Amino acid sequence: MLSIRNLTASINGTPVLKGIDLEIKAGEIHAIMGPNGSGKSTLGKVLVGHPAYEVTGGEVLYEGRNLFELAADERARAGIFMGFQHPIEVPGVSNAAFLRLAYNKKAEAEGRDELDPLEFDDFIHEKIKLVSMKEEFLDRSLNEGFSGGEKKRNEILQMAVLEPKLAILDELDSGLDIDALRVLGDAVNKLQRPDRALLIITHFPRILETIQPQFVHVLSGGRILKSAGKELATELEDRGYDWVLEEAAAGGAR
Amino acid sequence: MTSTFNVVTSQEYKYGFVTDIEADSVAPGLSEEVIRFISAKKGEPDWLLEFRLKAYRHWLTMAEPEWAKVEYPKPDFQKIVYYSAPKPKKPQYASMDEVDPELRRTFEKLGVPIHEQEALAGVAVDVVFDSVSVTTTYREKLAAVGIIFCSFSEAVKSHPDLVKQYLGSVVPSSDNFYAALNSAVFTDGSFVFIPKGVACPMDLSTYFRINNKESGQFERTLIVAEEGASVSYLEGCTAPQFDTNQLHAAVVELVALDRASIKYSTVQNWYAGDKDGKGGIFNFVTKRGLCKGKASHISWTQVETGSAITWKYPSCVLLGDDSIGEFYSVALTNHKQQADTGTKMIHIGRNTKSTIVSKGISAGDSSNSYRGLVKVQPKAEGARNFSQCDSMLIGQSCSASTFPYIEVQNRSARVEHEATTSKIGEEQLLYFQQRGIPAEEAISMIINGFCKDVFRELPMEFAVEATRLLSLKLEGSVG
Repeated sequence: MLSIRNLTASINGTPVLKGIDLEIKAGEIHAIMGPNGSGKSTLGKVLVGHPAYEVTGGEVLYEGRNLFELAADERARAGIFMGFQHPIEVPGVSNAAFLRLAYNKKAEAEGRDELDPLEFDDFIHEKIKLVSMKEEFLDRSLNEGFSGGEKKRNEILQMAVLEPKLAILDELDSGLDIDALRVLGDAVNKLQRPDRALLIITHFPRILETIQPQFVHVLSGGRILKSAGKELATELEDRGYDWVLEEAAAGGAR
Repeated sequence: MTSTFNVVTSQEYKYGFVTDIEADSVAPGLSEEVIRFISAKKGEPDWLLEFRLKAYRHWLTMAEPEWAKVEYPKPDFQKIVYYSAPKPKKPQYASMDEVDPELRRTFEKLGVPIHEQEALAGVAVDVVFDSVSVTTTYREKLAAVGIIFCSFSEAVKSHPDLVKQYLGSVVPSSDNFYAALNSAVFTDGSFVFIPKGVACPMDLSTYFRINNKESGQFERTLIVAEEGASVSYLEGCTAPQFDTNQLHAAVVELVALDRASIKYSTVQNWYAGDKDGKGGIFNFVTKRGLCKGKASHISWTQVETGSAITWKYPSCVLLGDDSIGEFYSVALTNHKQQADTGTKMIHIGRNTKSTIVSKGISAGDSSNSYRGLVKVQPKAEGARNFSQCDSMLIGQSCSASTFPYIEVQNRSARVEHEATTSKIGEEQLLYFQQRGIPAEEAISMIINGFCKDVFRELPMEFAVEATRLLSLKLEGSVG
């Protein structure tokens, strides 16, 4: 589904990604872990087309297409979704109206029927159950005055509405208490299908107890230092990141 | 809500065409002779000529105001044409069919309904082209309930006493530089009179069009609502695209007697000049409402999108006890546009209330200022004001300023002011785009959300128009 080959990227002339290789197939769940400032969030932002980052080398193929030929909104309509670490607040724009516009944009791109407000109302009421969101949040302005946890809930609601093929979840666990994390983790698991893939970006391994990855990658200094199965997450939980960094330094990794 | 986002049309100013029509114009320049000429041309009574001359003589002693945060070359008042009228085939039109077809086509192109049968449901329209009123629709229907809605010139002839009683009673001819100029040379405009106890059965509307390249537009609008009367009035305007600047210096006076209510809405779309700031209208307008009676209510709603320079402060003088003044404003500037706009709320009577909601949007290299005065006079026991001034910036090179002035001379008064500044940046846009929404639609949605508190004050058709206009004006402003 997604092939990242020797990807390099920079922000304001400073290299942040220094050669990333990663292969994600349909049905897989990958976790990118790493210390703060390692470049793991950057990887997500580059994949969704954040304008502040410049791709300086390498290539990314999404379903066989050159990802960088697609604008940010085209990538979204092609099925790439990002659950943001810090979702923005938009006063005066109702959450429901925003969700419906996003849904209809994707429906239009896929040649499906768009939903009118009444149809969408039925549709969304089913979806909010999945993330245990209160109805009142639909009528409120998009993310405005939402707590950190409510914003994350809203991100996963958007994921449920858009049903992406590839979802990138950036620090989903930040700002969430343990119960909310479980609810959202379960929701994400329910949305996972054999034809979909997940890329979980996280600093803490905790979230990976609920959303269990088959592959764990440690990213630091703009490079993937180590890739292994989900047991790596447990090891990171016990031992922290330093040993991976030391091991990589000793091994003279690229 | 989606439908409004689908209407993104061409980026260019689509009202920029010129109508090729024979005009009856006076040579450029201003003097007592020109004023006498205008007055004679319109067959005015002596008192009105005197009003003009007095204003002119006072104007000569005045200096152009320079306190606003706008920069522009001062107009050369001797190069402006003070009277330009589409030459009529006949002195009076018996019906719209007699109006020059070229002129009719102009208004068809502008989408202004000048035929009653094609009119917007329930809106009566007065159409002003350069200096004169061309036509007013639905007059008979309105007259049946005692409402007078006609061009200003006509009101001078048919209702001289009313005009004499109220003209200059809210904005004195010596009020400010541009109001004085207008008082000296105004050519036409609209007159509305709603008699005691009558709720106007339809929205009234005036459509202003500047066509002549050298002409200034100096219209005068006077709206009087007697005891218990109410009216909703809409004003729209466009101008052709010229590379020189045209001056628009209007005066609008509103008078509300006991329990009367006047709602005045404007969607201003004068030509704003090109991307480099060449051409465009200088919009120097004085608008003021007098809440003369007890529990009277005046509400201004404006959506300012055009003009190279905007200098405009629709205000309310709250004289009657328990009277209410409101000001809802969206001012959008793009490219090299400059706007200095806001309001004055003068609390004189007891328990008077005012609300100010101002939304400024700046893009490109533009400058957008809110300037407002809330004044509570000593006898305004229990006066209350709430002001909310929000600015939104799009891009790096625009600016937004807020100048709130508050003068309180009564201890029981409560005045609240809130202000925010936000920015549509790449993070916001990415969020929308990441949900599959293209940038243009994202901006439109964010802006509409930002302006929601103002748009909901507009009549339905105007709100749709305003939404569309903002999207149009901002197209291409985020790259």
